[in-house]
Amino acid sequence: MSDDTRDIEALIDLMARLPGLGPRSARRAVLHLIKKRGPLMVPLVDALRNVAENARPCLNCGNIGTSDLCAICADETRANGEICVVEEVSDLWAMERAGIFKGRYHVLGGTLSALDAIGPEDLHIPKLLDRVATENVREVILALNATIDGQTTAHYIADQLSGDIAVTSLAQGVPIGGELDYLDDGTITAAMRARKSF
Amino acid sequence: MRWEDQGVLLSVRRHGEGSAIIDVLTAEHGRHAGVVRGGASRKLAPILQPGAQLAMSWTARLESHIGTASVEPLKSRAADLMQDRMTLSALNSVCALLAFALPEREPQEEVYAATISLLDMIGANPAWALAYLKWEVLLLEATGFGLDLTRCAVTGSTDDLIYVSPKTGRAVSGAGAGDWADRLLPLGPALRDGNTADPGEILAGLRVTGHFLETHLAPSLGNRPLPDARIRFLSALERRV
Repeated sequence: MSDDTRDIEALIDLMARLPGLGPRSARRAVLHLIKKRGPLMVPLVDALRNVAENARPCLNCGNIGTSDLCAICADETRANGEICVVEEVSDLWAMERAGIFKGRYHVLGGTLSALDAIGPEDLHIPKLLDRVATENVREVILALNATIDGQTTAHYIADQLSGDIAVTSLAQGVPIGGELDYLDDGTITAAMRARKSF
Repeated sequence: MRWEDQGVLLSVRRHGEGSAIIDVLTAEHGRHAGVVRGGASRKLAPILQPGAQLAMSWTARLESHIGTASVEPLKSRAADLMQDRMTLSALNSVCALLAFALPEREPQEEVYAATISLLDMIGANPAWALAYLKWEVLLLEATGFGLDLTRCAVTGSTDDLIYVSPKTGRAVSGAGAGDWADRLLPLGPALRDGNTADPGEILAGLRVTGHFLETHLAPSLGNRPLPDARIRFLSALERRV
């Protein structure tokens, strides 16, 4: 590596560590950034610096924002008595993209896992119980993944929640655009059990 | 190296962006790991859930390598069992205990057959909790810590067997216990005769097997704590009692 390309190679190495990118695609991305230095690279550097300096988890729900309280927790109109519990911030963002849920969220930061020795104390479950007690919550929606670990966590949380709070979970079944022939038998079983009158 | 076998998936962890490392209890090759290319994909992730029965094909250049596994689903159990906390916690406990107790690459045909039979019963047969207890007894036996509940360790009698020695795992009769009765574990009908499905009796039996898992098996494995999944299963059973 010559001195004049060392910085570029270092950038390629860093980019190649990003999800979805390998050395070859990182090289293409870096080349593209260099070609579009003004319109793309400089704003990207500024944006990266801003996020690096300001991004932090919301103290209330665990969402990522740029202040102590994320925009959702700071919005009083979303205090409607419903909390949607998700595993990761990416799940919260997916729910927000759908635009169907108007309440607040709680990000657990993972699921109970015997393999990875993740117990209840490693997740944000105590904070969830605090919020349920203090935020006039009527319903907790367990939007956890339909996996063994996800549902184990859901059952654990449901056991911890007591009183008059409704505990619900997302339905499981055929995805929109899904074809039965391509579905695994577990999904078909869940869909059949959750059938409704038409 | 290449073989084909059937097995029960015990655990799965992501490997890189798209692959997964699976831990499978196979019929002929014991507990075996392998890398599944694309195991984290939308197509394979629903199949790779603990408890799933798989047809597995394993390939490696050398036997000591972790190798590449390709899998085909034979039977999915997740959807059936994860709706109910009891059945889900039992499934988790079975998978976690197998991964905890069994050495890798050592054929365990009897344990495999008993595990398949138990997993097929969970949720489908009312006597599944009793079958779970018998399965733990078998697991202890397969790992070298079998219980001998056929005759009294002190008198040799086959009657009035109401205790288990916490040290030897052998039955002790009421007469044989003498002054040591309060130091012995209770031997209830679920463990002794294996024909009661009363949750309280089963729970008492699981406390006895738990003692031997904790004080005999775990120390032999480097004093690792028993999996949380088993503790959660017992809590769920306790709640039912």
